[in-house]
Amino acid sequence: MKLKRSLTTALAVALMGVSLVACSGNNEKNSSSESPSATPSGSPSASPSASPSPSAEQKEKEFRFTLASDPPSLDPGLMTDAQSFIVGKAIYEGLMRLNPAGEPENGIAESYTVSEDGKTYTFKLRQDAKWSNGDPVTAHDFEYSWKRALAPETASDYAYMLFYLDKGEEYNAGKATADDVGVKALDDYTLEAKLKAPAPYFVNLVCHSSYWPVHKGTVDGKPEWATEASTIVSNGPFLLTEWSHGDKIVLTKNPNYFNKDKVHFTKATVTLVEPSSTVFNLFETDKIDWIGAQAGSVPTDQVQKLVAEKRAEILPVASTYYYMINTTRKPFSNVKLRKAFAMAVERQNLIDNVTKANQTPAHALVAPSIEGADGKKFREMFPDTDYLKEDLTEAKKLLAEGLAEEGLSKVPEITLLYNTDEGHKAIAEAIADMWRRNLGVEVKLANQEWGTFLETRSAQQFDVARAGWGADINHPINFTYDLIHSASGNNDGKYKNEKVDQLLNESLLTTDLKESMNKIGEAERIAMAEDMAVLPLYYYTTVTMVKPGFKDVVSDYAGHLDWAFGDKE
Amino acid sequence: MVRYVLNKFLFMLLSLFILITATFVLMNAVPGSPLQSEKATSPQIQKNLEAHYGLDKPLIVQYGIYLKKLAQFDLGISMKKKFQSVNKLIAGSFDNSLKLGLVSVATSVLAGCALGIIAALYHRKFLDNAALVVSVIGLAVPSVVMAPLLQYVFAVKIRAFEVAGLNGPMDYVLPTIALSAAPIAFIARLIRSSMLEVLNSDFIKTAKAKGLAGHMIVWRHALRNSMLPVVTYLGYLIANVITGSVVIEQIFAIPGIGKFFVQSVLDRDYPFIMGITIFYAILLMASRFLSDLAYALVDPRLRLQTGRVAK
Repeated sequence: MKLKRSLTTALAVALMGVSLVACSGNNEKNSSSESPSATPSGSPSASPSASPSPSAEQKEKEFRFTLASDPPSLDPGLMTDAQSFIVGKAIYEGLMRLNPAGEPENGIAESYTVSEDGKTYTFKLRQDAKWSNGDPVTAHDFEYSWKRALAPETASDYAYMLFYLDKGEEYNAGKATADDVGVKALDDYTLEAKLKAPAPYFVNLVCHSSYWPVHKGTVDGKPEWATEASTIVSNGPFLLTEWSHGDKIVLTKNPNYFNKDKVHFTKATVTLVEPSSTVFNLFETDKIDWIGAQAGSVPTDQVQKLVAEKRAEILPVASTYYYMINTTRKPFSNVKLRKAFAMAVERQNLIDNVTKANQTPAHALVAPSIEGADGKKFREMFPDTDYLKEDLTEAKKLLAEGLAEEGLSKVPEITLLYNTDEGHKAIAEAIADMWRRNLGVEVKLANQEWGTFLETRSAQQFDVARAGWGADINHPINFTYDLIHSASGNNDGKYKNEKVDQLLNESLLTTDLKESMNKIGEAERIAMAEDMAVLPLYYYTTVTMVKPGFKDVVSDYAGHLDWAFGDKE
Repeated sequence: MVRYVLNKFLFMLLSLFILITATFVLMNAVPGSPLQSEKATSPQIQKNLEAHYGLDKPLIVQYGIYLKKLAQFDLGISMKKKFQSVNKLIAGSFDNSLKLGLVSVATSVLAGCALGIIAALYHRKFLDNAALVVSVIGLAVPSVVMAPLLQYVFAVKIRAFEVAGLNGPMDYVLPTIALSAAPIAFIARLIRSSMLEVLNSDFIKTAKAKGLAGHMIVWRHALRNSMLPVVTYLGYLIANVITGSVVIEQIFAIPGIGKFFVQSVLDRDYPFIMGITIFYAILLMASRFLSDLAYALVDPRLRLQTGRVAK
């Protein structure tokens, strides 16, 4: 027995030696001119023969964190929230996967080609991917999953993510059949997607949960399949081994994952805890390794101290905090009044004294972590600093002019509506105070419980209302079409400018990424700098804490914990 | 007696029916819907969702369908926790609330009685005052303050207990203290006052005169008589505690039913709201029913009355 083990170890060491030699050979050839510092040991994992030695494999590496509640759904077709995504990203693997920087990388897809007109994508799938029950992952699984998410009877909230597919929207409305939908498995390992219009960011889209595959035999006719650990069949780096509802979730490394050498944790434990004080106490008593990015939050009153001690870090996330302005009724149907109110908010003051998590003042909608073109972030291409100046003299002037245009002697009674929450209340109070000091305008504050609030807001029963928006995909269309296009269901302030609508529509039809970005950038500029469609306040951040020794556990571009490929020293 | 029980039972069913109807109507009257989300979907997707959950049908039809399912003890499927059955959600979480609740009731009674007896026996002495201070603190400090404080001191600073969870017997200690503080104080005050009354009564004087030992008097005579108000309070306490405490369950991360009660309403998760309300109602009604029965058995006047009716 002993002999056997030492033989295995010896063999492994020998194999590793061989592979190192092989690698160093390659490295010398490739990197001699560019990076002489590249050491041979830098890339042993790139070689498939360099499997970790048995002793390394036996070593337990656990990652522990918290979520506020059970994921509402672990069915890729139905999940809609951060909780579900954080667990889902570890147990499912789509065609492509976003890396921590927010760029798509190959997942189940080995390669893809795009047709000349940008409307047909052909994905070549790898042949060694397996479901947790041993079945191979094929193109048919993707075809089945996409059509299932679109089927009206599935009633998926995120079905619209698949409306890019030809006849996708029609099928969802019952006006076309499943066979009409533009997705087809040409053979077991080739998937063809036909789009309604060219969408240069389609590879970004296929990273979204609604495009993940499901195992047909498991899902068909069993809507409750994703509610228990024992019935979930998945294909990602981790397997869901225990789901004790309301209490904890245990995930273990998937031994059949095709990229298992890149998975370092052997186990992850998710405890379901809501209050941030409890989460923090668990961290302090070494029961969890991570806080932040939608996986627990650092108590607000501790943030400044922890950041000063360098124990916590503040990171940007792709979400924007803003106030909707009702453009359909007086007084805010007047653009000068909208501008006056937007200019009279001291954003940095708000961040320093109220929100206190080093947020970035927002003068537009697209959050800074969102990708643009040519390797630049969208906000680097189109800085928002000129869109809105916090100029009090100008604000007062605009207020007077706007009132005169409306034939008013003073601002009529207006109400600022927010959903009941201590944080939103503090912000609303601070802003009402700024308007009082800077414009001499009294604003009434009102709060409503969440469900009621949403209904009031979507019925335009407000003057100014709180809003927050987070990204679904790493693309600025997410913050523009969804928020300022007149056809969007999320444009509750009912802003409408035909020029903006047209630019956004055109951006969807353009195959050239840069040109598409330019159109989106121009649409956002018009909506903000010229029309002040909404009142932006700040771009969200997340405060994260991680135990020493962990690496590659990060907050992704959207501010969701990304941990599946992390490591512990 | 049979008739009395039957009457009570029928009355319970009627109350339950009224409650179900009222909850159903009120729940639907509240603005908001279980299918709304911050990110608006297309009207078509909204329609698909409504059709999927049967919310496109007229309210009266929905009500009929619900009653029919309920008659088969099926509480439906949660709308926010996708495809989880409400029966399972309630059963899975009530388990933990029940365990913690019963431990807390036992603790409250034992500690409350002990404190009360000490206070009564040492009337107006140091121990009485000490017990008074303890019970005032127990009554005055709300669990929102008590629970995090206990957690911080005993789990974070002293590290004698786990911060959260309910995995071993030791994990019950902190939540039990937080949950029992107020009942202990209340029971202690009840016992003290009724015990003082009893201790001054004639039959205790007789017992003393007979030369019975001090502890025998307390145990045999005084305590038994002072327990009556506590027994009355116990019915309320048990029902209250086993239905779970939102605050304590959240702070100690206990997977109980308490936090679902509020959350289901905030989520407008219709089947879940109905399920929990009905479940709570049955629990409370059953405990009332049992205590009514107990009264009927204990109170001779009631027994006589019902005996006459039965004839």
